[in-house]
Amino acid sequence: MLYSLRLSVHYEFDRPIGAGRQLLRICPADLPGVQEVQQCNVSVTPAATERSTFTDFFGTEVIQLALPAGLTELRFDMQGQVLRHRMESVLDLSAPLDQIHRELQTVTDLGLSSPQHFIHASPRIPNDPRIADFARHVCAGSDTACAAVEALGRALNTHMSFDAQATEVDTPIAEAFIGRRGVCQDFSQIMISGLRSLGIPAAYVSGFLRTLPPRGRPRLEGADAMHAWVRAWTGNEAGWCEYDPTNACFVSSDHVTIGYGRDYSDAAPLTGALRMYGKQTGDHSVDIIALE
Amino acid sequence: MQGYRPLPGVRDEMVDAEGNIRPLWAGLAQHLTSLSQEKLSENLARADRYLLDSGVFYRQYGTGESRERAWPLSHIPMLLSEADWIDIGKALMQRADLLEALMADLYGANTLVASGRLPPEIVAGNPDWQRPLVGIKPRSGHFLHFLAFELGRGPDGKWWVLADRTQAPSGAGYALENRVATTRAFSDFYAKANVYRLAEFFRDFRDTLMNMRTDKDSRVAILTPGTLNETYFEHAYIARYLGFTLLEGGDLVVSNGRLMMRTVQGLLPAEVIWRRLDSNYADPLELNPVSRIGTPGLVSALRSGNVSMVNALGTGILETRALMAFLPQLSLELTGQPLAMPNIATWWCGDVATQAAVLANPNKLILGDALSTGLSFGPEVDPTLTTDMPHEELAHLIARKGSTLVAQETVTLSTAPALENGRLIPRPMALRVFLARTATGWQIMPGGFARIGATDDPSAIAMQKGGTAADVWVVGDHEVTDFSIIRAPHITDQRSLTGGLPARAADNLFWLGRYIERSESIIRLIRAYHSRLAETGNEGGQLLASLKPLMQQFGIKLDQPIPQQLLNCLGSALNSAGAVRDRFSPDAWSALQDIDRSARRMAQRVSPGDDAASALSALLRKLAGISGLVHENMYRFTGWRFLSIGRLHERAMNISGVLAVLADPDAPEGGLDISIEIGDSVLTHRRRFNVSTTRDTVVELLALDPLNPRALRHQIDRLREQIDNLPGANKNGALSPLARSVLRLHAEIATADAASLTSELLWNLRGRIAILSDEITTTYFH
Repeated sequence: MLYSLRLSVHYEFDRPIGAGRQLLRICPADLPGVQEVQQCNVSVTPAATERSTFTDFFGTEVIQLALPAGLTELRFDMQGQVLRHRMESVLDLSAPLDQIHRELQTVTDLGLSSPQHFIHASPRIPNDPRIADFARHVCAGSDTACAAVEALGRALNTHMSFDAQATEVDTPIAEAFIGRRGVCQDFSQIMISGLRSLGIPAAYVSGFLRTLPPRGRPRLEGADAMHAWVRAWTGNEAGWCEYDPTNACFVSSDHVTIGYGRDYSDAAPLTGALRMYGKQTGDHSVDIIALE
Repeated sequence: MQGYRPLPGVRDEMVDAEGNIRPLWAGLAQHLTSLSQEKLSENLARADRYLLDSGVFYRQYGTGESRERAWPLSHIPMLLSEADWIDIGKALMQRADLLEALMADLYGANTLVASGRLPPEIVAGNPDWQRPLVGIKPRSGHFLHFLAFELGRGPDGKWWVLADRTQAPSGAGYALENRVATTRAFSDFYAKANVYRLAEFFRDFRDTLMNMRTDKDSRVAILTPGTLNETYFEHAYIARYLGFTLLEGGDLVVSNGRLMMRTVQGLLPAEVIWRRLDSNYADPLELNPVSRIGTPGLVSALRSGNVSMVNALGTGILETRALMAFLPQLSLELTGQPLAMPNIATWWCGDVATQAAVLANPNKLILGDALSTGLSFGPEVDPTLTTDMPHEELAHLIARKGSTLVAQETVTLSTAPALENGRLIPRPMALRVFLARTATGWQIMPGGFARIGATDDPSAIAMQKGGTAADVWVVGDHEVTDFSIIRAPHITDQRSLTGGLPARAADNLFWLGRYIERSESIIRLIRAYHSRLAETGNEGGQLLASLKPLMQQFGIKLDQPIPQQLLNCLGSALNSAGAVRDRFSPDAWSALQDIDRSARRMAQRVSPGDDAASALSALLRKLAGISGLVHENMYRFTGWRFLSIGRLHERAMNISGVLAVLADPDAPEGGLDISIEIGDSVLTHRRRFNVSTTRDTVVELLALDPLNPRALRHQIDRLREQIDNLPGANKNGALSPLARSVLRLHAEIATADAASLTSELLWNLRGRIAILSDEITTTYFH
């Protein structure tokens, strides 16, 4: 599927901000065999005083900006074109759930896609006994790691409701889990916590999701969203699979990946250190249009 | 000395198993015996006095609050022979090289994990492994530059490494202060005891850091977490001692890939950073996002290769306890040599063979968190992790959580003598030793500090548990001529670094000046009130009521004879001074602490009227002492200008307010006299105006007289002079907005006379002076 992608982020500040720095992780990743980036441009308005890029530990291209003092508004616009391949569902080659721990022990590489990074607690995903109990309970009948991924993802999707008002970007996962409400970030991080408690390495994926309009209704501009889902390591043979707990589905061609991390803190689309003296308001919109 | 016996089965540093004094200690022991109890107390008091006067402190964290504690010196030094010292030095240099190689691998190719020599979980699951730093090569060529090691000596006399301190080791500055204090106590003996001196070690390291710069105009800075850090005193002390700039994360900014410090002259490059801040707090953008004490973009400046970081960010991982299980084998593989000094025997419980070995013999082992960086017997140990449980339970714990656990051998520390109630008692001792990398390799500090336990329990060496710190004397076999044992020839960089006053330091100095002056104003004002009250005995009188608006401007409520507002003001002065300890004389600091204490004490007990007035007079005398210490001893550079500006500004504000209220034609009788009294110009007025007091004479003396150091005119003259000398005040003849504002004020007051200077105009001037403070802030402190 070839997509045209557009992301606009807009901030307004009620008092001029001081000089600051910003990191952007908003460009689709080039992932051979999965998705290919044909084009990607990011514009910053007003212009940044410095701009450069680097590749972070997990392979994501990061744009770093220095912003001048005195801004009262700020825009980031990303415009890109990306070819996303359909992920065919194949035979479940994943490790038996009770063997995943042993398989992981044979992995000694610490490269960017090593599962070793994703088995331990991380800054936003501490070990949580309630989530672990939940995961153990709902995965009791799962023989394979992949089956456990699906069982946990589905169970969470049923257990929790999507509610954009219930949580903030820094709401602890325990709180979202107890409140049974949240957004894709909460669904994903809770699922990751559960998978790790089962011994399955799990990563946070940041990206875009194409939302399909209901049959017979026109596609609304800006209705698509920045999104997050889960990447789980299911053994040496099967490797990684991706699951979207917010939509209870394995990831295929409606998802476009930006990058990976242990949790949101590694993959946040916008990370800023701005000196602010007043209030900030912001919004963002995403458009994903299938070109063919 | 009598009755000093080693503890059973424990080695003592001073005496052998039979209780005979070891030759190394004979001289000191004899010296101690030769002193009478009175003489000894007198000597020890001299050491304590020194520490108190220099304001040496550390911060103790308790439940909920933290507070400053006096430095707990154990007066008896720990002695080490030169031969022992050389062996320790060689062994630790080997260890330092091993740690450097390990660091390079952990932040490079990670071959040690890939080849199975290190388990992946102690790296990938380690919060001190900072992924954003992986692949960034240190500009200096090395990750490690300044290290400390915690050593203990076992019953067989052999030294062991108890812990590696690689993140941001503290204690070197305290070692210097311990030395000075201890030599105060034993000055006669020290002079002929062949003890190696410490100064050279610091000088060599200072030169090394200076030479790490590529741009000779750039600075070497010490990066501190700030005044609330437990060892902030030391950061300020070392900065002052070595002539480096003391900075907090917010003083730095990254610009075009370079690290710059915000100063009153604008941005100046800072190329070499001696980091006393833990890595994860150093950059909120790429490391811990909740850090408010870091510098956004610091990691990117490192990535650009424009900063030398001492030690590199991410070095905290080397302190991980579990690594000690692997260092003996890694030493063989990476250096081809066994460790010259073993570390405390450690087993990582993540593999089956080790689990069995630990279960077979659990009694001599201490269980702990594999990723902890604390001592196995330290105060932060998790009490639920113990081998003291039924075998089944222990087996279950290790099977379930093995990879998160280490087992370490129980430690028996040697004892060293400590003085308690006039008697020497053997107490457990751990040694902290420092290594610095110089142009020609590692150098070991010929000294260090020894931590002495408060009880027989080794965990009581922690200061949080009452432990104390002793100086370490490395005693030469011959007269000490060369100052250091293992040291390289060096090139001294004599250039001093002037200029570059950090904006935050300037801000604090400005406010320190203001708070000190404001305290004085408040004291004079309420003293005037209390002495009138004593004369009239009538709180409701018109004259006292006329002081109300002046009280109100300071927020003073006279519900207490010494109002809370004065105590707050002194507290604020102390805070501001605390933030610039590296630029502030220790005497002035002690004096400021002293007046703060006195004022709080007086506030408890004085009664209104005469009693309060005389207490306030005492405070005023102390304050005059502080002003003297601050102003007479400060080098006349930019920092002093900001301090002076703060003081002049506050005084100008105050005197114009006093005149506008008390010299107003409608003010009650006696107002003029109080003005002169608050303006501390009673004698001058009598001498200059041998007539009765009128509004004209008072305004003349307190507003218009350029020669009266209390007059408004005098403040404005000096303010103008100071502001004209600030950086950027005058660019090619064009005055800065701030310089223009003060020039306009100056013109107005210089051309006024007593008749034209009405109360209304005084209020107006006061408002314009107030605005100057905002202008100074936006010009220099942002």
